[in-house]
Amino acid sequence: MTIRDVVRLLDAEILCGAEHLDTEIHTACGSDMMSDVLAYVKDQSVLLTGLLNPQVVRTAEMMDMLCIVFVRGKRPEQAVIELAEAKGIVLLSTEKRLFVACGILYTNGLGG
Amino acid sequence: MVDCIRLEYDVDGENFASAGHASESVKRTLKQMGVSPASVRRVAIAMYEGEINMVIHAHGGKATAEIYPDRIDIYLKDTGPGIADVGLAMRAGYSTATENIRSLGFGAGMGLPNMKKYSDDMKIDTAVGVGTTVFLRICF
Repeated sequence: MTIRDVVRLLDAEILCGAEHLDTEIHTACGSDMMSDVLAYVKDQSVLLTGLLNPQVVRTAEMMDMLCIVFVRGKRPEQAVIELAEAKGIVLLSTEKRLFVACGILYTNGLGG
Repeated sequence: MVDCIRLEYDVDGENFASAGHASESVKRTLKQMGVSPASVRRVAIAMYEGEINMVIHAHGGKATAEIYPDRIDIYLKDTGPGIADVGLAMRAGYSTATENIRSLGFGAGMGLPNMKKYSDDMKIDTAVGVGTTVFLRICF
């Protein structure tokens, strides 16, 4: 699927990176612990999280991720959005909870 | 004489938001040099883990990267509290991080094991009350 499909499936708001919505993605992970993302994630392109600090963007960048989805209706500060924009990382925000958002993407074909 | 690019960074221990700046810069440099994406990612993750450790445990310090044609040598030097038991610190899941650090998404006890996993050589020189220097070598 594409990031545009993620936006549609999660009824998500686009916070930045609208120009990258047609990028293909195949896998995702969900976690609030960046330590675990760094330790266990391999080639996942999308990170779903409830954590909002700038290190979420840095972690995604180190892991070559393309998109971060903030769950539970959370929105990061403007500085975090600008950091992601500078890195070419798409930021989305959805009202759905982490478990539900991951489930929707998984059942629609996104791998773990 | 072997060609070497040397990069030095101050890691600000008072600014959690800026942690990762050095790793990001090294990652960008390696990419520009045409190092393979897999190697670039190993360097980025190992160095970023180290940089985060310097900020959350040791009030910052100095990060130095020496880039050679076939490898990178990274020195992460702090004057923090030191590591009392390196063997224990290397155990996956062991952490002295506070609840506050965990609330920021770190302190799962995976930092040092992860640095070892992604590097070809790792050495820890530490003394309690003096500081810690972590050496990482990653071959391309």
